[in-house]
Amino acid sequence: MNPKELATASQVTWCPGCGNFSIMSAIRAVLAELAGKGLPLENVVLVSGIGCHAKIVDYMNVNSFYSIHGRTIPVASAIKIANPDLTVICFSGDGDSLAEGLDHLIFAAKRNIDITMILHDNRVYGLTTGQFTPTSPQGFAGKSTPEGAVEHPMNPLDLMLVSGATYIARGYTHGIEQLQTLFREAILHRGFSFVDVLQVCVSYNNLYDSYNKWTYAVQGNNTSDFDEAQKIIRSWNYDRSDAPIPLGKFYQIDKERFDQSFKSLGQYQPDYAQRERRIKDLLENFI
Amino acid sequence: MDSFSTLIGGIAGDGINEAGLTAARLFSRLGYHIYMYYDYPSLIRGGHNFSLVRASKEKIASHTDRIDVLIALNQETLDKHLGRLKDSSFVIYDADKVKIDDKKNRGCGLAITTILKEAKAPAVLKNSCIIGGYCKVVGIDWSVLEEVLRKHIPKMLDLNMEVARQGYDQAVQFCRMGSGADQADRCRQDDGSDDKSGNETDRKPLPIITGNQAIALGLIKAGLGAYVAYPMTPSSSILDFMARYAQNFGLKVMHPESEIAVILMAQGFAYAGVRAAVGTSGGGFCLMTEGLSLAGMAEMPVVVVNAQRTGPSTGLPTYTAQGDLHFVLNAGQGEFPRLLVAPGDAEEAYCWSSEAMNLAWRFQVPAFILTDKTLSESQYSFDIDLDLNLDLNIDLAVRPAFRPSVEGKEEAHHSPLLWDGQGEYKRYRYTETGVSPLAFPPLHGQVIKANSYTHDEKGITTEDPRITRESSEKRQRKGQAMAEYLEGFETVKVLGDKRSKTALLCWGSNKGVCHEAASKMGLRAISVIVLSPFPEKRLKDALAGVDRLIAVECNSTGQLARLAGSYGIMVQDRILKYDGRPFSVEELLEELGRTLA
Repeated sequence: MNPKELATASQVTWCPGCGNFSIMSAIRAVLAELAGKGLPLENVVLVSGIGCHAKIVDYMNVNSFYSIHGRTIPVASAIKIANPDLTVICFSGDGDSLAEGLDHLIFAAKRNIDITMILHDNRVYGLTTGQFTPTSPQGFAGKSTPEGAVEHPMNPLDLMLVSGATYIARGYTHGIEQLQTLFREAILHRGFSFVDVLQVCVSYNNLYDSYNKWTYAVQGNNTSDFDEAQKIIRSWNYDRSDAPIPLGKFYQIDKERFDQSFKSLGQYQPDYAQRERRIKDLLENFI
Repeated sequence: MDSFSTLIGGIAGDGINEAGLTAARLFSRLGYHIYMYYDYPSLIRGGHNFSLVRASKEKIASHTDRIDVLIALNQETLDKHLGRLKDSSFVIYDADKVKIDDKKNRGCGLAITTILKEAKAPAVLKNSCIIGGYCKVVGIDWSVLEEVLRKHIPKMLDLNMEVARQGYDQAVQFCRMGSGADQADRCRQDDGSDDKSGNETDRKPLPIITGNQAIALGLIKAGLGAYVAYPMTPSSSILDFMARYAQNFGLKVMHPESEIAVILMAQGFAYAGVRAAVGTSGGGFCLMTEGLSLAGMAEMPVVVVNAQRTGPSTGLPTYTAQGDLHFVLNAGQGEFPRLLVAPGDAEEAYCWSSEAMNLAWRFQVPAFILTDKTLSESQYSFDIDLDLNLDLNIDLAVRPAFRPSVEGKEEAHHSPLLWDGQGEYKRYRYTETGVSPLAFPPLHGQVIKANSYTHDEKGITTEDPRITRESSEKRQRKGQAMAEYLEGFETVKVLGDKRSKTALLCWGSNKGVCHEAASKMGLRAISVIVLSPFPEKRLKDALAGVDRLIAVECNSTGQLARLAGSYGIMVQDRILKYDGRPFSVEELLEELGRTLA
């Protein structure tokens, strides 16, 4: 199928040059490719939060739940638990999932639930016109921190690693082929997948020059080794703009998944008459 | 109402709730209706706990201050509750722990500590021992107690039986309970006559369940597929119940990281076609309000059980209140229709929880079951003939099956409107009632888009003023359609003397006490069950001929009175209680006496 068939009639309102275009083009290409290989597109559900990133669901002719700020994970988790046959992909921002909804993100990793999180990490609040986020470097002069942010950034990949995520990767919106590879791997991975995408915001945090200079693709790393993954992940802490930034898959392991825990229930869905009979039986215990 | 009240008190960890429940089960086997109020502080060990068990030949849902028998496992129980005793009352107590003035009070001491020691039984068995003594005191046959213990004691049954028998043998008979089906007095003074006829009844005893258990069963009846909750008193027992019986009903039970996750998960389930409910109390519901507004905008059916406790803030976690009515009516930014039901007893909790789920799905709105600690945690005889309801065998609208139905065709009222499969699917299609046909993923060749933004019929974001207005009107139409639909339901209950010109106006758990006080005083009692959409017409009909209306509420401002006032229904007096405790029958009678004097 042609990735263009995945577009809606909705007008795209991202700024020219926005990194979100690359993310959308990569996910369309991957979904079209997977559809060609037998993944029924109607089984895919996209869930977004609120922010520039979230508009992606309006532009994708795929099932979607456009939720609220920071809350992609609980919506996506329940959709997956409700129907394990569905492929559930979250699109979220660094403000969305690292500030407002951080607890959900940690718990998704802790549960290793089989959903994918693609983090549009532009390290600035775009729609609210330029405030610092959890991944903005110290000293970031945003509208809410005109004298420069006092806080140091957090490293979301480090956090995901210790929280139990089983697929962890970083991409960059100038590397669309790599993005496609990472998205494909993340979607096909069984467990919680986290892809941090360095997505440039041309209007409020244009880091193209810095990223073009410092990013590099990791090669030959042992992705099943926790310590090695942590070492690579910690080699760049989001604070410095003069240090090498690794891209690629850092970690991937197999682990039991939360959504499997409901398997014992099977497909048992009693109808009304069965329910009433069982309620009646149960009430005998209360006499 | 002829009734018999027993108070059992001790410290937390003594199993006071369980002992009360055992007493309730004994009475149930004699054919009585029971109600049990359980009072406990917010701690795990120590403190003062008590259960008030009331048995009556008629249906009851309230407690009395005055008691017939006091069972004291410690001195504090006796000291605290002496004032409740009547001249005819009897005290049964742990003689190793409690000192009693036997010139003033008739009583029977049992050397419980000694009995337990001799039987090498752990201290936790003291409630079985004293209940054994209690059975002798009130003349309940040993065989009745034996049956209850055999059925309900999961561990150390033999030892429990042994200490109960010791208690039974060492106590003295004070009166003899007649069968609840008898015309005879409830508990005849023991006249020494050799009455050896059994006091069990042929009538099948009723189950005894809490309001929360009734809510859980009602939700399950209506096709619940998932229950999501973060523990918070007094709602937690719904979560515990659902988790315990998940396998019986194929339920997916989730306890996630916060109430915020809870309300969002419920909507993930709804999107995927699974009927979901959540439960919380005021503080947890505060966290849910943003997600609630999403349910309003995205038109996600979700049932929220809010079990009120004394507020504001942490307040009294284990005590009751009716302080959240206006909060729940107005929670969430923006305007969207919602259903709010406030059941008054276990039967209403069962039926209306089931209706709340059905209505949430029929109109794709958030639905609230507003309960309080009194209803949620009190025990009630559950008097519903479930056999009468077995004709509702209709397929569930659950994933992944897509079952077409013709829009506009008469459906069984619990079946939601499903897409007919014709043309392009639009999640928010405009219809006369505002209700858009539902479909769930996967749906071949179609996309299903839910959206928190203002959106068009397909679910795509828009800022167009015309669509903004139209979609707002679409949601309003759902509210109107729901209000019209509810006109066929008994949303307002008229109790007591239906011709009286003086009426009590109440909601929720005050139904029982208002019913009883009104019956005693020859007054009308009007219980409003559905609070949104407000049943204006039914309430005005119920008020026909009333010239004096007295609001009875467990809050400090009269929240139902204020709500009714906005429909031109004025109350003349307010009897308000806001100390965390429910009204007793005597207390309400006294207040009414003062008000009407």
